[in-house]
Amino acid sequence: MSVVRRYVATLHDPMDRRRFLGSGAGAFLGVVTTWQRAAPQGPDSLPGSGPSGRLWDPSRAGRPLEPVTAADNAEAIQAIEKRLRCTCGCNLDVYTCRTTDFTCTTSPEMHRRVLALANQGKTAQEIIDDFVRQDGVAILMAPPKHGFNLAGYFAPSIVILIAALLLVLALWRWTRRDAEEPAPAVAVPADASPEELARLKRELAELPE
Amino acid sequence: MTLLGSLALWVAFLLGIWGALTGFVGGLRNRYDLQQSARRAVFAMFGALAIAVVALEWALFHHDFNVEYVAAYTSRNLPIFYTWSALYAGQKGSLLFWATVLSLFGTLAQLFTARRHQVYLPYVAGVVSVVTVFFITVMLFAANPFTRLPYTPLDGSGLNPQLQNPGMVFHPPMLYLGYISMTIPFAFALAALMSRNLDSDWLVAIRKWTIVSWLFLSIGLLLGMWWAYVELGWGGYWAWDPVENAALLPWLTMTAFLHSVMIQEKRGMLKKWNLALVIGSWLLSIMGTFITRSGVISSVHSFTESPVGYYFAFFLVASAIISFTLYTRRLPLLTAEARLESMVSREASFLFNNLLFVGIAFSVLWGTLFPILSEAVQGTKVTVGPPFFNQVNIPLGLALLALTGIGPLIAWRRASIANLQRQFAVPVTVGVFTGLALLVGGMRDFYPLMAMALGGFVLGTVVQEFARGTRARHRQYNESYALALARLVGRNRRRYGGYVVHVGIVILFVAFAGMAFKTETEATLKPGESATLKSPYGWTYTFTHLGISQYDQLNRQVTAATIEIRRDGKRLGLLTTEKRQHVDALGRPTFQPSTEVGIRSDWREDLYVVLGGVVNGSEQAVFRFTINPLVWWVWYGGMILTLGGLLVMWPGGGSPAVKRTQAGYAVKLVGEGSP
Repeated sequence: MSVVRRYVATLHDPMDRRRFLGSGAGAFLGVVTTWQRAAPQGPDSLPGSGPSGRLWDPSRAGRPLEPVTAADNAEAIQAIEKRLRCTCGCNLDVYTCRTTDFTCTTSPEMHRRVLALANQGKTAQEIIDDFVRQDGVAILMAPPKHGFNLAGYFAPSIVILIAALLLVLALWRWTRRDAEEPAPAVAVPADASPEELARLKRELAELPE
Repeated sequence: MTLLGSLALWVAFLLGIWGALTGFVGGLRNRYDLQQSARRAVFAMFGALAIAVVALEWALFHHDFNVEYVAAYTSRNLPIFYTWSALYAGQKGSLLFWATVLSLFGTLAQLFTARRHQVYLPYVAGVVSVVTVFFITVMLFAANPFTRLPYTPLDGSGLNPQLQNPGMVFHPPMLYLGYISMTIPFAFALAALMSRNLDSDWLVAIRKWTIVSWLFLSIGLLLGMWWAYVELGWGGYWAWDPVENAALLPWLTMTAFLHSVMIQEKRGMLKKWNLALVIGSWLLSIMGTFITRSGVISSVHSFTESPVGYYFAFFLVASAIISFTLYTRRLPLLTAEARLESMVSREASFLFNNLLFVGIAFSVLWGTLFPILSEAVQGTKVTVGPPFFNQVNIPLGLALLALTGIGPLIAWRRASIANLQRQFAVPVTVGVFTGLALLVGGMRDFYPLMAMALGGFVLGTVVQEFARGTRARHRQYNESYALALARLVGRNRRRYGGYVVHVGIVILFVAFAGMAFKTETEATLKPGESATLKSPYGWTYTFTHLGISQYDQLNRQVTAATIEIRRDGKRLGLLTTEKRQHVDALGRPTFQPSTEVGIRSDWREDLYVVLGGVVNGSEQAVFRFTINPLVWWVWYGGMILTLGGLLVMWPGGGSPAVKRTQAGYAVKLVGEGSP
């Protein structure tokens, strides 16, 4: 036995042809009349152009920053900062830290100090000396070249040079001893024909070794 | 499961002690039953540690936040990929990973070592057991990954955002595999010393292991560089950080060993030196771990600092004393079987190559430890950063690059003047031509110029070696050039694989030199505004800020800035750089916002854009724009280096004597009788 389900669809407010066309015409006129009012939207990000110029949740974008100034990009300032270590524990120089770890508050502070000293008319070396006076030599990315630090710079080269000299001496002794006591010549029986030996010689002469 | 994990650790600990005792006693007293017991103890130890790993992964995947390690390194919304890698994201888990892989390598060494080397295996089982027991001891008494908390947090702290990068999933295990696999050559070296079987046989047993270890270390270092470049955002890939240096040290000494081992194999010389290099490399790997774990030296890897470093310090000192005592007592047995015949020979060039490798390792170690030394001597702590390392190591690196080209050109035993002239003519011409071309092109920086000229010289050497070998085969066997080249490489993979590695090294050096021409600028841009930057190639890049959007993604809230890039006015496309605020499953921030760099890479240069932050809560943003020349070549040079390493270690190819003959040349090895 089959069951047939019947669905009855009822239009509560059936629309006749006249009303349908009337609605269409009204919609068309509505679009046409409002066409000029809806000017094409400009870039929604233009600053000051409304709420779109602001972030929905600025806290997600990290610590608020100040706009970059020409002094921030000055090569002289960067050169100074590349010689100074950020003390936040990142092991980076001040310039790299302040342009990399934007959560760090130490490197921007050190940067401001460099700018302040530069504005006082101090030279690069004077600025660096000022940091060393206040924070010790560990503030420098590389130890200054005096006193015990010279050992840091030159010990590897000196050790390698001494080792190279010793190696040359040892090689000279070994090769001289070898020349004085030549290894006994052992006659190796040739199990090849003279033609084959000649070919071998030719091939060997062309080989890299 | 954590109870099972703890139990498995204790079982592995006891098995390790048994394996060490039976291994050494069985080897020294030649007791077969004890030797077999040691072998089975290593297998069982691996089984127990594998159970511990499964138990920890189970806790990680089931978010068992009552386990301290799980709560510290994961959260409910951490992507599954990183939940798995959290196994080695922290100190305790990485110790477990280390011990497990070491016992696996120990098992593989027992299973796959050829029968003729069986005399070493009990000692190898003993050494592997001792080292594994050390790691298990650290876990059981100082850093147990199964420690439970007195309460259960609703969610974990999550994984450090900088570790949520594919590079970080593969970089630590690769580096660990390099470090860990180094224990096997070390174990064979100690086995040779203990068993007094000090001919060149033990070298054959460890050859593959050494290359495997070197390859893993190389890949680990390269992946670490890649991770630092794409994730840390400072625009470089190598910062001479103490932990980077710690990984580089054993790589340098292993590379020295891979060269000097050829002299022992071919001439029976340098036995003392090779043993010292194997032992030294392993000790350096433990020292690297000590530096990483202890925090004794300030490092960017400070997330792994803990008191377990002192366990490593003790283990390092004890291992060094035992190894070198054994070594010095066996020195009389380590006499050379042949003499050096000339100062102008391949052997002598390899000795200088070793001198430079070990010299660079010494200078890196010296620089890394100098702050401690300075504090001890002059009471002042100093910082030893990139300026120091670059000043000391760049000249040494260039000398090494020169030797990379010189070594293969000099004949074994003795080179004649005529031979030298014939060998050096083409490579020197290529090197000089490269240098002159760059000089005429306007390059004036000395070190980059030298690096590229020497790179040309080494490439000339390699191409000449391939060309001559191919031509010789073509003439001798009437093979086509393509077939001759394929057979030349296939039948002498070690030699020609080594040359491929040299090509990779040249590319890396050239890429490093490229960084000397890096340019960068910072700019604050409102949407629609642009900044320009001149490339070292003379192009002008224009970066236009299009706007910022904010949205949620996986376990983070993203603030993304879109930049349009033009080169000399021609549009190249869009780049996106992000700030990411990671959150836990309850939406609470877990870490400080991190930066996601936008990178556009091609073979000439990388455009590297970093979103610093926003000004006053608006879409006005601070950017850093950097142009890094030739970075692409670091990754592709690394791939070529890896390919060369794989070629060297690829199995098969017949017996060495047959391979040498078929490769078109023959060198009589030490100990080989007349045919």
